[in-house]
Amino acid sequence: MTKKISILLVCMLLVVTLFTACSSSSSDNKPITYNMGANPKTLDPQLNNAVEAGSVIVHCFEGLTRKDQNGQIQPGIAKEWKMNEDGTKFTFYLRDAKWSDGKPVTAHDFVYAWRRAVDPATGAEYAYQLWYIKNGQAITEGKMSPEELGVKAIDDKTLEVELEAPCSYFLQLTAFPTLFPVRQDIIEKYGEEWANKPETYITNGPMVLAEYSLNDKIVLKKSDTYWNKDAIKAKELVFTMIDDPASELSAFEAGEIDFADAVPAEEIPRLKEEGKVTIKPSLGTYFFCLNVEKPPLNDVRVRKALALAIDRQYIIDNAAKNFALPAYAWVPPGMPDAEKGSDFREVGGNYIGEDYQKNVEEARKLLAEAGYPNGQGFPELTLLYNSEGGHKTIAEAVQEMWKNNLGINVKLDSQEWAVFQETRTQGNYEIARHGWLGDYVDPMTMLDMWHSKSGQNDARWKNSEYDRLIELAKKSGDQKKRMEAMHKAEKILMTEMPIIPVYYYTDVYLINPKIKGFYYDPLGFKVFLYATKE
Amino acid sequence: MGRYIIHRLVSMMLTLFFIITITFLLMHAIPGGPFTRERPLPEAIIKALNEKYHLDDPIWKQYLDYWKDILRGDLGPSFQLANRTVNELIADGFPITARLGIVSIIFTVLVGVPMGIISALRQGKWEDYTTMFIATLGVTIPSFVLATIVIYLLGVVFKIFPVSSGSLTRPVQYVLPVIALSGYSLSFIARLMRSSMLDVIRQDYIRTARAKGLTEFKVIYKHALKNAIIPVITYLGPLAAGLLTGSFVIEKLFSIPGMGEYFVNSVGNRDYTMIMGSTIFYSVILVVMNFIVDIIYVIVDPRIKLIGTKEG
Amino acid sequence: MQVQIDPSLFEPIEVEADVAGEIVRPSLTYWQDAWKRFKKNKPAMIGLVTIAIIILSAIFVPMFWPYDYATQIRGHESQGPSWQHPFGTDSLGRDLFIRVMYGARISLSIGLVASLINLTIGVLYGGVSGYIGGRVDNIMMRIVDILYGVPLLLYVILFQVVLEKPIEQAFETTFLRVFKGIGSDLILIYIVLGLVYWLDMARIVRGQVLSLKNQEFVLAAKAQGAGTWRIIWKHLIPNAIGPIIVTVTLAIPSAIFTEAFLSFIGIGVSAPMASWGTLASDAYRGFRSYPYLLFFPAAFICITMIAFNLIGDGLRDALDPHMRK
Repeated sequence: MTKKISILLVCMLLVVTLFTACSSSSSDNKPITYNMGANPKTLDPQLNNAVEAGSVIVHCFEGLTRKDQNGQIQPGIAKEWKMNEDGTKFTFYLRDAKWSDGKPVTAHDFVYAWRRAVDPATGAEYAYQLWYIKNGQAITEGKMSPEELGVKAIDDKTLEVELEAPCSYFLQLTAFPTLFPVRQDIIEKYGEEWANKPETYITNGPMVLAEYSLNDKIVLKKSDTYWNKDAIKAKELVFTMIDDPASELSAFEAGEIDFADAVPAEEIPRLKEEGKVTIKPSLGTYFFCLNVEKPPLNDVRVRKALALAIDRQYIIDNAAKNFALPAYAWVPPGMPDAEKGSDFREVGGNYIGEDYQKNVEEARKLLAEAGYPNGQGFPELTLLYNSEGGHKTIAEAVQEMWKNNLGINVKLDSQEWAVFQETRTQGNYEIARHGWLGDYVDPMTMLDMWHSKSGQNDARWKNSEYDRLIELAKKSGDQKKRMEAMHKAEKILMTEMPIIPVYYYTDVYLINPKIKGFYYDPLGFKVFLYATKE
Repeated sequence: MGRYIIHRLVSMMLTLFFIITITFLLMHAIPGGPFTRERPLPEAIIKALNEKYHLDDPIWKQYLDYWKDILRGDLGPSFQLANRTVNELIADGFPITARLGIVSIIFTVLVGVPMGIISALRQGKWEDYTTMFIATLGVTIPSFVLATIVIYLLGVVFKIFPVSSGSLTRPVQYVLPVIALSGYSLSFIARLMRSSMLDVIRQDYIRTARAKGLTEFKVIYKHALKNAIIPVITYLGPLAAGLLTGSFVIEKLFSIPGMGEYFVNSVGNRDYTMIMGSTIFYSVILVVMNFIVDIIYVIVDPRIKLIGTKEG
Repeated sequence: MQVQIDPSLFEPIEVEADVAGEIVRPSLTYWQDAWKRFKKNKPAMIGLVTIAIIILSAIFVPMFWPYDYATQIRGHESQGPSWQHPFGTDSLGRDLFIRVMYGARISLSIGLVASLINLTIGVLYGGVSGYIGGRVDNIMMRIVDILYGVPLLLYVILFQVVLEKPIEQAFETTFLRVFKGIGSDLILIYIVLGLVYWLDMARIVRGQVLSLKNQEFVLAAKAQGAGTWRIIWKHLIPNAIGPIIVTVTLAIPSAIFTEAFLSFIGIGVSAPMASWGTLASDAYRGFRSYPYLLFFPAAFICITMIAFNLIGDGLRDALDPHMRK
């Protein structure tokens, strides 16, 4: 009898485990699918703070201008514009464009959106993207009312913008999501929830929201009210929300998604060999921040010794595995210099030598000069990193380099992201991992964070000459003068070395080879408007 | 019994009160806040946001206000997903998570209990070794490893199952997450069942039952199982609460839009209202489950008395 | 009638001194008896020997192995298993074998602490709660519910922020100096385990005790005047030993994985030292390119757990009061 029971039960087990069904999914006839990762905080252009949601927004909205595949500014809702002589006033002439509910796009929509962005009550995290506009910063800081922003609608189709100072990249900013127009009547009627549902998400861009399934997917469909709809090739786009990099890679390899950009670092070398992965430089720098208030880091020789004793190429090849470029200076390549077609990085050159052995010798010399020959008597510092992501391996590699080359011991400590950010901002650390991605294509996006009054100056480093040069570059309309000042500023930064640049970030992504016509905005937005799948 | 239930309900309320209070205080005590950013926000914006969410009030006032809200059933707006309320997010994610959870519980019990019984009855035989070997593997492979490998092998290499399970609309989407989710608890239940079954079948009353000439099935089903299943029932209380509210790892790896991720992400994002909302939700299910477990004890084994102390 | 009785019949037979002792088996205590039966259980002994080998190699192998857990060998990065590096090397050229050996120290110590906590706090708490019953039981079990309900992550983060510095200070200034090698992070993990790792056990023991305490043998013991502690310790717990052992053996892997999860939020042994759990969780994302980095730590976790389970099954049989002949 026992046997019978057990046979019965084994059968039950088999039935349950064999509960399988056949399914094969091929993505070939499905719409283009891009995995955006976690559910975005919001799709509201002004409230958005993330590049992934930014990718959705650039498909659904259009600003005064639009960036093309080469990163060049093209007319968007504004069909033309003119600038006054000293570069502080712009007048935009709007074309006849329509919102997705058929109403015309007017200059008032821009005025409303921009005032909304700088108004502190909105809580827009990217408000500072509008601080180039007259009174923008004062409004966000609560010193003025939003109505005093330097923007006005002359009539329905003419927009006049007054700037604080000449800004060579202002046109670029008008293609940034925070400056996209939104509808006052919609937002006042539905509140912030307007961005959650297809029915209320009224947009003026090439695509419209067709479906929003929380934590699952966002579906966009081609808009039939967009002014240039014939140029748009994509009919339907799906943005999925697979949050784990390993699963994302599996989904890509199984053909469930066409585009993945959170590739696990360990798999990049293999995927590169197989020719599946695309690697593009992006505008950002991975670095270590030194708290210059903590001895012995207040000694510039110590800071330089630490910076010189790092083998950047080794870190890229073995710890980060992202095929990034070693950073021998602060501003990443890809930022234009004064001459047309020239690159700020190329003009400025390297501030740290590329010869590692020579660097190490110099580092030893500097450390001895600072009073720590062979690291003797050097206090045990702590290198802090956040536990998410691959920072641990990089920290371990650096720890070993400092130990072997300089004879100094560093302790490693990791913290959870929110705790880590607070520790770093408050300066309760000695050495901390850091990374910075540019918000616009100009060296200033990297350089102004080390101004002594900047909120991001976690190194707590102060240099009055540096401050003066940054302020000069911000006020000047003359590209040549600006660039000169910024090169000088970078040189000071790299001589004083409050930060240790390690590598310039890259974007690593997988794309279905059948997709043609995709392009990548340097700021990280993925654009599928002209993409097709064959 | 009636008095016991009333007592119990009161103590459950108190339990929830303590959980809410402790969580509220802990949450505000840890560093970081919902507006901590890599690029610190301008002070005026933080001020405006704090005002908007009443985070500028003294902590005791926030605490009292929070009680006022939850007594009305309002868990507040989420900080992480702007424009959404915690009620809305839980209402959206819970049905998906619960569907997966219920299937997993059924799978765990339907497979785990028989596995335990078989191996106890066939102690030292091949059936015993096979089931216990499977059960041991289930606890030793962590769910993230199991899930990743299963996804890779069955989803990518053999393409039998979809890699991302989505909202679990088709039965086939359940298979992989259920396997990965049930691994540990299934093994636990199989082992518990085997162990207590072994205890029970050696007891005198089982011998008596056998001696009376009852069929083996009756002996096992009518007499042994009743007593042997107590530890399994005990374990099922918290397990059911856990499975019904989802697993962070499994939902993340299989991209299931449930509520399991909220438990971990809300803490990471310092999404205060979501931390509280998910905790309350889980705790309510937990205390109710444990209450049901105690009631089932009495039904299964009438000798168990929950009332009255043992002084006599 | 006279019955003749031969007086010789009433003479005592000659007794050899030890015969009486040999008739019954030697008097053994419960534990001696259990050990005797345990020794006869082959799978259990295999498990015990396996654990012993792992512990011994975790202690002694690092003494003569040419590398340290932190040694990065340039030019040896990401190599598969070879004679020089039996388990291969990781991306920074560290010998995985020695990292696994050091990992054993951490993971086994965590397993040990978790099982001790289970066996002490968990068993006693559950035993008392179930035995006394009534209002006390209700309060004690609601405390367990509260500990279940409050999110683990919150107090883990709080501990890290609040306790890290004091623990380090205690290491510097007090007698705790001897434990400095353990590191403050590991102490924090022990504390976290101590807070929550006995909850399942307490509930299971309580459930068992509830069902056992009205059985005849308990009544008999009570009638003989046994006190509460004696009944819990000598009668109830031995009869609940099966579920207790299952819970303990399964608490070990779950503690080891919890450590890996905690190291993800910044609590855990300081890098570059790594436990089995961290080694495995660091490797899983790259398992297609470097399967051995996942395989070896995972295999060690697996083997250890199987060994613990074999021991557990053996112990269960050995400690089962009904098996006592």
